[in-house]
Amino acid sequence: MFIPCGETFPDLSGFTLLMPAVSVGNVGQLAIDLIISTLDMCKIGYFYTDCLVPIVGNNPYATANENAAELSTNAEVYSLPSKKLVVLQLRSIFIKYKSKSFCEKLLCWVENSGCTRVIVLSSSHSYHRNDKQLCSTPFRYLLTPSMQKTVQNKIKSLNWQEMEKSPCIPEIEDSDLCVRVPGGGITKLLYDESCSKDIQMAVLLKFVSEGDNIPDALGLVEYLNEWLQIIKPHVQGDDPTASTLPWKIPSSWRLLFGSGLPPALF
Amino acid sequence: REVRLLRRQTKTCLEFSLLEKHPCSRFIIAIGSNAVAFLSSFVMNSGVWEEIGCAKLWNEWCRTADSTLLSPSEAFCVFYQLKAHHSVILCQCSCYVAEDQQYQWLEKVFGSRPRKNMQVTILTCRHVTDYKTSESTCSLPSPFLKALKTENFRDQTCCSLLEQPNIVHDLPAAVLSYCQVWSLSAVLYLCYTDVMKLDLITVDAFKPVLSSRSFKGLVKNIPQSTEILKKLTTTNQIQSNIYT
Repeated sequence: MFIPCGETFPDLSGFTLLMPAVSVGNVGQLAIDLIISTLDMCKIGYFYTDCLVPIVGNNPYATANENAAELSTNAEVYSLPSKKLVVLQLRSIFIKYKSKSFCEKLLCWVENSGCTRVIVLSSSHSYHRNDKQLCSTPFRYLLTPSMQKTVQNKIKSLNWQEMEKSPCIPEIEDSDLCVRVPGGGITKLLYDESCSKDIQMAVLLKFVSEGDNIPDALGLVEYLNEWLQIIKPHVQGDDPTASTLPWKIPSSWRLLFGSGLPPALF
Repeated sequence: REVRLLRRQTKTCLEFSLLEKHPCSRFIIAIGSNAVAFLSSFVMNSGVWEEIGCAKLWNEWCRTADSTLLSPSEAFCVFYQLKAHHSVILCQCSCYVAEDQQYQWLEKVFGSRPRKNMQVTILTCRHVTDYKTSESTCSLPSPFLKALKTENFRDQTCCSLLEQPNIVHDLPAAVLSYCQVWSLSAVLYLCYTDVMKLDLITVDAFKPVLSSRSFKGLVKNIPQSTEILKKLTTTNQIQSNIYT
């Protein structure tokens, strides 16, 4: 359930909810971290359930000693009212058998909160790609029918590639085709449930492999940015083509691959 | 995998959550053998502590398969109240509460809406290799203490705060998350050590917390406590030595 930080529940009518799926390479979660960090979003509440493994730590987006001591939990909600954006960040994995319960609780909150649409950032195993997918862009999108009605034209103008259907049972040749997101965690479940509940949902994903997934996360936020235009590029110098998007890496991304090494090792 | 809260004397289950039935202003919980030994030696040796309940559970980490018979040394999470001062409750938790049981444990102990004027203190240990730092963990002066506090905790902590990217898991994280979400004042003191079994030096590392407000008036006789602690750790050592 959503528990606000303050006394009152914030008004989220007309907002777009961005959230990650806990998926291969944690790309969705890294992408959401980049969004919260870059836009300096404000924490507005917690999504407290029995579905995620509890974890706590200090502020992962700390920029100075003053804000470093804010406690963070495993599922928090941030917002940027000026852009009508609300973001849910998930920081741990699902407890066994609880992922479906989480989806139900989440979608119930989405329906009651007044959010207009949900965008899920996710990823899928790159080794599951077929020949055609290997030769094309690694980014894909999915839209629920109600979302298609509102954004189909915009998506078409971006020349994006829709996630292809694949055999439901891969080993059987004449198996039915359906949308599959291997390695996508609850992506498919959220998508299917949103289709049946008529919720406007878009899924943006990238084919990735496990490893240093920071470049994948940067790729995914830039893909999202093509559509939502969350941040504008900085033009460097006189050359208008050499512009970069100023994504801010969160301070908690240090030591992603462990502590320093003992000098005696060498 | 149900977590049951009961009174051992009467063998009855508690109907309400423990802290709803026994409201307090200070709730101190020790998780793990070193933290439990610290509370036993330094806090429980002064004053009369009355047992008010215990949380019984089973998971793959439990040593005993016997879920019906409880003897004092086998009890899992035991709750004590200071007889003279009902406003302080201690919890000694020496078992592992699995991730699918943590939420249940919180509901049974805290209830669904806790009283806001309660301060929670959590003591626990983690292995020093879990601590992420840009230096190598070999050079760390373990054991050392780190703290995490909720937004509503206004006092000074007895040691420095746990820096990102370090995080805490398991029951200590579950309790602290609950306190943060429900705006309770809570602090977690985490001892990073290289000895996870009962160890004198690790337990001693918790000593700075004795001067904090959470323990005000609870600690009377430190030299006696040190003696009690020495006895606790020596007993353990003899039992584990099979080669003499």
